[in-house]
Amino acid sequence: MTPRAETVHWLFATGFLLLGLFLLAEAIVGRDVWAKRRWRLYLWPSLAFGLGVLLWPVSVFFTNSTLHMIAHASWAETAMIAGGAQLGLARGKLHSRWWSITVTVSLAVSGAAFLIHEQNPWLFSRSAFLHHALGWTLIVAALLPLLQAWRPRVFAWNAGFAMVWITIAVLLYCDRDVAPIFGHLSPLAGAPR
Amino acid sequence: METEFVGTLEERTARRPLRAITIEAIGPLTMLAGVIWAIAQPYRLAILHPHDKGFYDWLVQPPLLVIAVGVFFAAVIAPGIAEDLRGDE
Repeated sequence: MTPRAETVHWLFATGFLLLGLFLLAEAIVGRDVWAKRRWRLYLWPSLAFGLGVLLWPVSVFFTNSTLHMIAHASWAETAMIAGGAQLGLARGKLHSRWWSITVTVSLAVSGAAFLIHEQNPWLFSRSAFLHHALGWTLIVAALLPLLQAWRPRVFAWNAGFAMVWITIAVLLYCDRDVAPIFGHLSPLAGAPR
Repeated sequence: METEFVGTLEERTARRPLRAITIEAIGPLTMLAGVIWAIAQPYRLAILHPHDKGFYDWLVQPPLLVIAVGVFFAAVIAPGIAEDLRGDE
């Protein structure tokens, strides 16, 4: 009954897709309409925090090296910090919009963790390609929460931030345990499955 | 304030039905993406290829998960937002 790594990645992709759709909906209707029902304010922060919590068992039970465990644990920590800060803002316990910097830190650390813990080049296998793609996507996307803090009502920043999570979901959905990427698969990666 | 960026109250009110339609379209479009994915990669669906498939192969496949997200958004999230937008008019 132990799920394969790709299955766990697909389940997390589902969480990120949901996160992206919540953020996209908020970007389309604007903060005022989104906040008309208080529970909606808690949706994406609590989902981010929950995904961080769920990353802990993945770190402990599903990683096969120290480097993998540290990378997964760093994603868990930063997702919980970012989600927790956003929950504080939604509840009114925190007031400064610059708390969004926690999201920037979360994305930058997560992106760096992806790039550092992937030891193979881009076309080694699909998994290696996705690690590089996810890492650079997160690092570039780390700018968006800063822009949101600077000008919170600009549609492009808010929709862009939502699209980042939808992109991350798509990349994670593309993951397979061992599979080629654009026709390339290193013999060192093992047999496709 | 530069009013060409903000728009008048009438213009903003006129945009609301379009926003409501957009919100209501997100769920069905997500479901459609899942269906197209299932058609493009039918081998992912255990119901079409049931041999040697385990629990996770039946339930946790990306096209099914994408469809499930679309259904959840359309049923739980979108109706309230659309209602709030139309209530504002």
